[in-house]
Amino acid sequence: MQELIQQVVSGLANGGIFASLALALVLIYNAMGLLNFAQGEMAMFATFIAFTFINHGVSYWFALPLTVAIAFAGGVLIQRVVIRPVERAPVLTLVIVTLGLATLINGAAGFFFGYVPRVFPSPFSVSTVNLLGAYVSYQDMGVIVVSGVVLVLIYLLLQRTTIGLTMRAAAHHREASRLLGVRVSWMLALGWGLASAVGTVSGIMVAPVLVLEPNLMQTIIIYAFAAAVLGGIESPLGAVVGGLIVGVTVNLAGAYIPFVGGDLQLAVALAIIVGVLVVKPNGLFGRPSVRNV
Amino acid sequence: MANKGPRLGVLAAFLVILAACGGSSGTTTATDVGITSNSILLGNTIAQSGVAASYGTIANAENAYFTYINNQGGVNGRKINFKILDDAYAPPNAVTLTKQLVEQDQVFAMFSGLGTQTQTSVRDYLNTKKVPQLFVATGATTFDLDYGMHSFTLGWQPPYQGESRIYAKDILANHASAKIGVLYQNDDYGQDYLKGLTDGLGSSATMIIAKEAFDSTAPNVTSQLVKLHAAGVDTLFIFAIPVPTLTALATVTALHWKPNQIYLNSVSNPASYMKFAASKGAAIDGVISVAYLKDPTDPQWANDAGMKLYRTVIANCSTCDANNGFNIYGVAVAYTMVDVLKQAGSNLTRANVMSIAATQLNETNPFLLPGVTVKTSSSDHFPIMQEQVIQWQGGATGGWKLQGSIIDERGTVK
Amino acid sequence: MQLIQQRLRTAPPRYWLVLVVAMFFVGLPTVVSSFQSSEWTQVLIFAIVIMGLNILVGYSGQISLGHGALMAVGAYTSAILIHRYRVDYLVTIPIAGLLTGVVGFLLGIPALRLSALYLALATFALAVVTPSLIKRPVELTGGVQGILIAAPDPPQFAKDAFAAITGGPAMTSDQWMYYVSLFLALLLFWFAWNIVRHRPGRAMRAIRDREVAAATFGINVAAYKTMAFGISAFYAGIAGALYGLTSGFVSPDSFPLALSFQLLVGTVIGGLGSIAGPLVGGIFTFWLPIISSQFVSSQPWIPAQIASAFQKAGPAVTYGALLIVIMIFAPNGIVGLVFAGYVRLQARLRGAGDRGTGQMPPDPQTV
Repeated sequence: MQELIQQVVSGLANGGIFASLALALVLIYNAMGLLNFAQGEMAMFATFIAFTFINHGVSYWFALPLTVAIAFAGGVLIQRVVIRPVERAPVLTLVIVTLGLATLINGAAGFFFGYVPRVFPSPFSVSTVNLLGAYVSYQDMGVIVVSGVVLVLIYLLLQRTTIGLTMRAAAHHREASRLLGVRVSWMLALGWGLASAVGTVSGIMVAPVLVLEPNLMQTIIIYAFAAAVLGGIESPLGAVVGGLIVGVTVNLAGAYIPFVGGDLQLAVALAIIVGVLVVKPNGLFGRPSVRNV
Repeated sequence: MANKGPRLGVLAAFLVILAACGGSSGTTTATDVGITSNSILLGNTIAQSGVAASYGTIANAENAYFTYINNQGGVNGRKINFKILDDAYAPPNAVTLTKQLVEQDQVFAMFSGLGTQTQTSVRDYLNTKKVPQLFVATGATTFDLDYGMHSFTLGWQPPYQGESRIYAKDILANHASAKIGVLYQNDDYGQDYLKGLTDGLGSSATMIIAKEAFDSTAPNVTSQLVKLHAAGVDTLFIFAIPVPTLTALATVTALHWKPNQIYLNSVSNPASYMKFAASKGAAIDGVISVAYLKDPTDPQWANDAGMKLYRTVIANCSTCDANNGFNIYGVAVAYTMVDVLKQAGSNLTRANVMSIAATQLNETNPFLLPGVTVKTSSSDHFPIMQEQVIQWQGGATGGWKLQGSIIDERGTVK
Repeated sequence: MQLIQQRLRTAPPRYWLVLVVAMFFVGLPTVVSSFQSSEWTQVLIFAIVIMGLNILVGYSGQISLGHGALMAVGAYTSAILIHRYRVDYLVTIPIAGLLTGVVGFLLGIPALRLSALYLALATFALAVVTPSLIKRPVELTGGVQGILIAAPDPPQFAKDAFAAITGGPAMTSDQWMYYVSLFLALLLFWFAWNIVRHRPGRAMRAIRDREVAAATFGINVAAYKTMAFGISAFYAGIAGALYGLTSGFVSPDSFPLALSFQLLVGTVIGGLGSIAGPLVGGIFTFWLPIISSQFVSSQPWIPAQIASAFQKAGPAVTYGALLIVIMIFAPNGIVGLVFAGYVRLQARLRGAGDRGTGQMPPDPQTV
């Protein structure tokens, strides 16, 4: 019983990691209806930038907002330079561009920062807390708490502000928005900037729990996609709930289903993705969308 | 016709070799493909991009040593040219690049190729072509063990199975009632270690009460460790590469689990990784491993001649971190390579170099622990089979302390 | 006889180009080294997969980031049949193709429910999981040890023919496998060309451009889409079998995510929905990593800093950057670019007449 509780608690901790990155994925989808395969790499690169600042003596609490701001600018820049020329291109082109971006950023990270794993500090302590007989560290809980805070902020932005409304309108109804005077292109840039910033927060939270290296986000992103898809690709709440569910499911499946075992945990994420998309494509919290022909 | 060129070249080379062979009577003067009057060309494929890119620095460290030797005039007047190609750890790339090095670049020998799957994929090809596959950068036991079937292939570092046999010996001698749990990586690396441990325990292999595999695509190893803990394990073995090893150590402490003993494999024990684990809250005191290389971060070697030489050599590589254990490995194996080439003297043929490496080595390497010799004979083709148990002491600011004396595993791995 | 003469006279120049290229490839091994032939064999193998991917992506409009996994199915089928069941290696190739085709067809069924973006995601996840899935059934696949395949010996007739033409050293295994691959590539090219030219091709293109409209026209969308998956998997299976035979070794790490990605990239850069695209794509897929890591650093006229930065940054940065640039400036791939240039040249040469009538250039995607 004790073991089961620990597996669930550890699964929730993992889930927090997935949720934090999934939030960024959801933001991009809300902004332009695209699955950004480069999100994880962007987050990782920004985390390395933060690491460089901290290494040069900048205080953590100053480096963090500075990096988030840089990441925001970076996201906007990427949208302007790389995405805008292919905005109206078919899905395939966009997928390839984001994958190309992911490859490019990963290679650049390796080039600038090397492949040696680094220690990244966390504002939360490493010591653990006893929860129903299971142990979880403050860092793990910190990831979940921060994800929750980001979730609330995103929700407030998207649902309760004019700019959030404008962003969503620009994403879903481009032509109509243009007619209403919305600068659609800049809304998309804003979406990218925000997603990049959220991703950076994720990276900064996750790097202490794992290890900071260029391949940090390479498999995390798939679990994050599973979380986003499960929760409903447009729903930030879905991203967090989805993340926690994916974390627990992957852990339990690995521990208790002999077929999965310790080595096929990623296959569970794949199964979740395919299963959700085939059975209930809108996920738990998504709204069904109607396609006009 | 373009076709005639290569054929004439082969004929010319054949005549030259014939003349060279027939020319002297006492010492044989002979050369081979890849040897000119002032250079020796060695080839290498290693991962310098992708998931295994952190190993890439090994080839750069080897090149640093070759540069050092070249600056002193080379080996018997010949400079060593080292061509390093990136195979991204994928066997099909290794095959294509190795073929290129052999057939197009015409290397004398392949040196220190990295990766078990990649080097297995080219082993048959190199042996058929009789190109030496020297000192492969992997501890997979098969490279030394199967010398009989592949006489142009040789490993260098202690085989993984030999290492875990030492752990088995330690267990049987000092912790005979241990309840062993193994966390191992689900690939040739982890499985080889596990086999050595199981074989080394022999009839006591039932001491292993739980085994958990993990894949590099898993988010972390927490669920596996929780299972091992719940199974009642009090002696934990971690057979993984550095990053999962250090996260495993941190996780063990986070679970409030205090095993009596934790054993780590040698690839993952460089002090930098141990300190990393400590910074994540791992309780690392008392962790046991083995070593055969001198650790650049160990203060006891600060005035050691070998360590000073290492620091001089590694300065030739601008991207190499001198404190990275992988780099001293590279310099050490390059030392052996140069040693073999020197021993070959003027009989620089592939067959002779291979024979020296596989059956006539007897070297004291300044970068290895005192007492460890690099040795091969006609009945023993495992160059390094000695290691010393080390134990971490002093917490986050401590280091590995050598325990006992050098343990010799010669002749045990069959 | 008359009919043939007439056909020869009215055949478009494109057909002659195909013939010239084919002849070039047939003659290649007689003038280059055995090693260089083996390099071109890899190009042909990639071209075969890309032909299949082209049918899936370029003609039926579905995305697959998982064709490396399908190549793995083909490669392992062939390797297991040779290693455990002692089947002749040539026979294993079509079997591998057919088995993989069935697997692809089955994959195509759930794929029907996924929109383009989600299909990309699902196949992406599949590609990442593939090495772990291969390691599982250890008895069958050899797990992490992989399966070694002996290099096939050229049969006597081939050796004699080759010796007669070149009068040189005996035909190597690499050269023989080059001809096997070339033969299959030409055969599969002809097969793809026929699919594309006739009803299935038109149906798929209709589905790609306006799926709902195509359905209202009575086209069985589901059948064609799954068939496209099956066919592209068949191609990947054959290429996979050849991939294993020419490497001499199959293992889980032979089919990483990078392979699937490179294949899709090669398809797009070659030129989607074009017939020449796959060959260009194959050339690009094979040569880019080699050029970016070796060629640049060996050129003396490039300053040392740039060259070493290039080499250390590795193919990843070059790949990514090149990909983005090509997607932005040449979304129809290299073939599209060449064709567009050709069309513009023709328009220039023809003079003002065409500009006056406003006649549109011919659709580059019809054959």
